[in-house]
Amino acid sequence: MQSPFFTLSRIAPVLFFLLFLGPSLAAQERPYFVAYDHYLEEPGSLEVAVDSTFATQRTGNDFVSYWTEIEYGVTGWWTTEFYLDGQSTFRDSTIFTGYRWENRFRPLRREHWINPLLYVEFENVNGADKILKEVVGHDVAADKAESNSVLRQEREREFELKLILSSNWKGWNLSENVLAVKNINNSPWEFGYALGVSRPLALKASARRCTLCRENFAAGMEMYGGLGDRHSFELKDTSHYLAPVVAWNLPSGMTLRVSPGFGLNGNSQRFLLRWSVSREFAGFGAAVRRMLGGRR
Amino acid sequence: MKSAIALGIALLFLGPALAQTEKEQSGGAAKKESSYAELAQTPEKARNRKNPLEGDAEAPAAGKKLFERHCAECHGEDAAGSPKAPSLRAAAVQKAAPGALFWVLSNGVVRRGMPVWSKLPEAQRWQLVRYVQSLGAAANADPTSPPR
Repeated sequence: MQSPFFTLSRIAPVLFFLLFLGPSLAAQERPYFVAYDHYLEEPGSLEVAVDSTFATQRTGNDFVSYWTEIEYGVTGWWTTEFYLDGQSTFRDSTIFTGYRWENRFRPLRREHWINPLLYVEFENVNGADKILKEVVGHDVAADKAESNSVLRQEREREFELKLILSSNWKGWNLSENVLAVKNINNSPWEFGYALGVSRPLALKASARRCTLCRENFAAGMEMYGGLGDRHSFELKDTSHYLAPVVAWNLPSGMTLRVSPGFGLNGNSQRFLLRWSVSREFAGFGAAVRRMLGGRR
Repeated sequence: MKSAIALGIALLFLGPALAQTEKEQSGGAAKKESSYAELAQTPEKARNRKNPLEGDAEAPAAGKKLFERHCAECHGEDAAGSPKAPSLRAAAVQKAAPGALFWVLSNGVVRRGMPVWSKLPEAQRWQLVRYVQSLGAAANADPTSPPR
């Protein structure tokens, strides 16, 4: 069997081309890593992102996790996204941990004071997955203290549902997400939350072309954590995080995001540092059709 | 097994992509008509909103920059339309009230593929409205050359 690194080494040039060399569309991304707002990918556009999280452990070895996101706007009301996850734990090993497939649906045609979005995800990862893209139930830092060889024995096949609520007010975005996760084995439903608030640094665009001007930056804060499970819906033995977030939307179509995060209680990782590079490609669907010989 | 997974992943993305493109191409004319019709559905209160950047001399130029970044891919570099989206130089657009253009931009025409642009701050949406309206003014001033 080929190692994940062999596979990654074959994928890497493609990702590099997509991220840095391919034709692009200027994105206007929010700075969040965990919270979702109600905006979907533009129909027919593809976004490729490479994300990473460094975390310090209270017990056990520190780690760096990373995931690749491939997001496609199917229609104006449906966006689908595929993730590949992996991680390296210091003084341990580097492993591929699994994949996720998420879908977001916009049920309402128009904008409202509060805009709902429905989110459905299936994930097939092992217990060594450490991307911390969501924190639910009684997830705590100690869960990740074991060695990779032990953690990877556990298989997590889960369905995740989210209700995403998002509002805009005077340039601010306020997003509230409620999560419910069910492992398809006999585990109980687990719950969590994510909150986000952000704002562009300038609301008006300048007439000149610029890379470093304030309108290209957005900053904010997100907070997320677990709310226990069906048997114990409570804050006891749960972990919570507070993280400032910054995004830089470059005119070239790339978006860079950085977020230092801080554990809010003794069950949380002490410190997280996340970063992300993403790029959006317009007209991907049409290009695929042309490539396969369809009508122009 | 791995080939089956790879095929599954490919179909996951290619299937919707192809279906979407097919729909885009077959429904082009009807889509354009209904997109213009969306302007007529603007609520009275929204239609009557004045552009707060009406007197801002920089707004059309800033709007042009935003148009090139976010809109030109579908509406065309010169806003004359493409198979994906209608012309913004059409009379239906040029005669529309600024408030109606702002409303359609903010709400999108989600079922017909135009995204919601409320992710841009209000001021930037009004700058876009000024740019779109300047296309008609430029055409009137010199009908032989497209405005810049």
